[in-house]
Amino acid sequence: MYGKGLRALSLATFAALTATFALVFFYAPLDADQGFIQKIFYVHVPVAIVTLCAYVLGAIFAALHLRTRDRRWDLRSYVVIHIALIFNILGLLTGAIWAKASWGHWWVWDEPTLVSFLIVFLLFATYQPLRFSIEDPERQARYASVFAIMAGAFVPLNFVAVRAATAYVHPRVLGTTNGGLPSQMALVFVLAIVAMALLFALLCCYEIAAKQTRWQLRALRRRLLGSDAVAPLGRSAAPSLGEPARGGSVTRAPRNPAEAAS
Amino acid sequence: MRPSIALLRKDLLLERRAPEAIPAMLLFSVTTFVLFHFGLGRDEVAGQLAAGVLTVTLLFAAILGINRLFVAEQEEGGFDGVLLAPIDRTALFVAKAAGLFLFLALVELVAVAAFAILLLGPSPWPGLPGLVLVLALLNVALAVVGALVSALAIRTRARDLIVPIVALPLLTPALIAAARATAPLFDAAGASGPPTKWLAVLALYDLVFGLLAYAVFDFLLED
Amino acid sequence: MDAPAAIELRGVGRRYGERWALDDVSVSVPAGATLVVFGPNGAGKSTLLRVLATLLRPHGGEARVLGEPLPEREWAVRGRVGLLAHEALLYRDLSARENLRFHARLHKVAEPRVDELLEQMRLAGRADDPVRTLSRGLLQRVAVCRAVLHDPPLLLLDEPRANLDPAAAELIEPLIGRASGRTRVVTSHDPAGGLAEADYALGLRDGRVALSAPAGDVAPAQVEELYR
Repeated sequence: MYGKGLRALSLATFAALTATFALVFFYAPLDADQGFIQKIFYVHVPVAIVTLCAYVLGAIFAALHLRTRDRRWDLRSYVVIHIALIFNILGLLTGAIWAKASWGHWWVWDEPTLVSFLIVFLLFATYQPLRFSIEDPERQARYASVFAIMAGAFVPLNFVAVRAATAYVHPRVLGTTNGGLPSQMALVFVLAIVAMALLFALLCCYEIAAKQTRWQLRALRRRLLGSDAVAPLGRSAAPSLGEPARGGSVTRAPRNPAEAAS
Repeated sequence: MRPSIALLRKDLLLERRAPEAIPAMLLFSVTTFVLFHFGLGRDEVAGQLAAGVLTVTLLFAAILGINRLFVAEQEEGGFDGVLLAPIDRTALFVAKAAGLFLFLALVELVAVAAFAILLLGPSPWPGLPGLVLVLALLNVALAVVGALVSALAIRTRARDLIVPIVALPLLTPALIAAARATAPLFDAAGASGPPTKWLAVLALYDLVFGLLAYAVFDFLLED
Repeated sequence: MDAPAAIELRGVGRRYGERWALDDVSVSVPAGATLVVFGPNGAGKSTLLRVLATLLRPHGGEARVLGEPLPEREWAVRGRVGLLAHEALLYRDLSARENLRFHARLHKVAEPRVDELLEQMRLAGRADDPVRTLSRGLLQRVAVCRAVLHDPPLLLLDEPRANLDPAAAELIEPLIGRASGRTRVVTSHDPAGGLAEADYALGLRDGRVALSAPAGDVAPAQVEELYR
């Protein structure tokens, strides 16, 4: 039975997101310099924070996979990185919109968070092609974990390098929570982070439950119909079967009635 | 340590018998300088521009070497040979990283000279000690990450595609640091030493990825 | 060591993706004995050898090689098996001598042993030519040298006499034949010849054991049955 607690998590996420957006629109004060467009801050920054944390989480799961050889950790690592990539794209898009609205350019190089965000995206975008180019599922899982660990360590290191390289002369007061954030904004901001984290966790849980259910269905079909009746797995970047049905006498279905009778 | 030396000696011998990586990296570097001359429309470069041209060229040349690093092991059964021996598997990582470091150093010996003659505006001599230091640190980064990425890609179906798309973003922080550290060495107004900040970032990169690659390399060989 | 079995497999399995290349294989080989493995292409013979050589981890069952459980203590087995696979495991641009010296260093074997083996295999004349210029038969002889360089107590031989003329087959006999006194696992497609050198015969089909008996009790016809 997979997906336990999904309903509660869904409701919590829905409530948190609704509350966040209500507060963003009706409670958080308008920024004096940037006006309404500044409110994208409540989406962009939480998404960015959740993305970066998720990449590091993916690396931790990958390390656990290598340590325990339990393929479920690989599945978790894969799903976390997969959803984080989607959040990453969302973060880049909202960042670009904000940059265009505030400074008139779609892209600004003197914003270290945004730049390192792009580099991290370019690195993690290779995760799927790497997986796809390895056919053996066990090796795929191992190699992907090695990559995820390296890439997870890369996230903070990259941030240090990019930050040091940026002149950092931007006149922006917001986006850095250096005490310059009014308390009303800070409250909404914290809630926004919680809501985004919940949304992220929810998406991951759904995806993991779906993948595991599909695996189990496939294992059951193989057991019931015989392993020859189920189409072989195609190439995929996603982790495949955790533990295929063993071809032993217990699990293998008889191939023909005569065999069954004997 | 002794197995690593045996493996390294074998790699150097192979490169001497059938030179592949070093000549290719060398030709690639010099050709790229010529391309930069036309692409930038400049006879001479200095400062940050010079630093960028040099480090990016070396990075791309390194990709060629990284692509070839494990080809002999993969195609001629060297992996099995090493795995059957009673040695630590990380010996292979150490040997490959050391080999790549040496290859890069050899290539740079000629490539930097060619760069100074073909493109560099200011005299290379005042900044040379600093350049050696920066390149040594950059080579460690290229060697460590290169050896790992090469092993990661060698048994995939699209290895020559996987190497650059994984290695380039992974090496971006090292490139940022190396390019920034090199810039003052090529300053048109007179060379000054490489900034400590960037040397520190480069050294931190070497340390973190060196240890990490050393720790995870085993898992790439186990089947 | 008083444990008599050099190889002890109980229900060993190894899968590639969803397919079990080896499934529920059990066999026991006493030290010094010869196990010959028969089976059509793709039956799992090479996989079995690679599992025994610690190159592939078993995915199920219990495996003991030279008294050590796999994969937990595979490092204790490494360096004590000699594998003669289809690929020669030699660097093509290096000479036979350079290749063997390289492996000698990895196995901490003294260098005179290399020259001794080259002499014994009558390779001394070609020992300094790049391996890529050697004929398939000569290459196999160099590969035999590589496999026995460190004097392993267990030999894993994947069709060792393929590509060899009778004289060369004779030549390698003292090193990898029954007379070598080593425990051997040999794969073969030749029922009569295989049974003649076997103490014990194992037949594989689709990764599963289809025949398992002392060689004396097996008729060549039973082996041929495996290939139908």
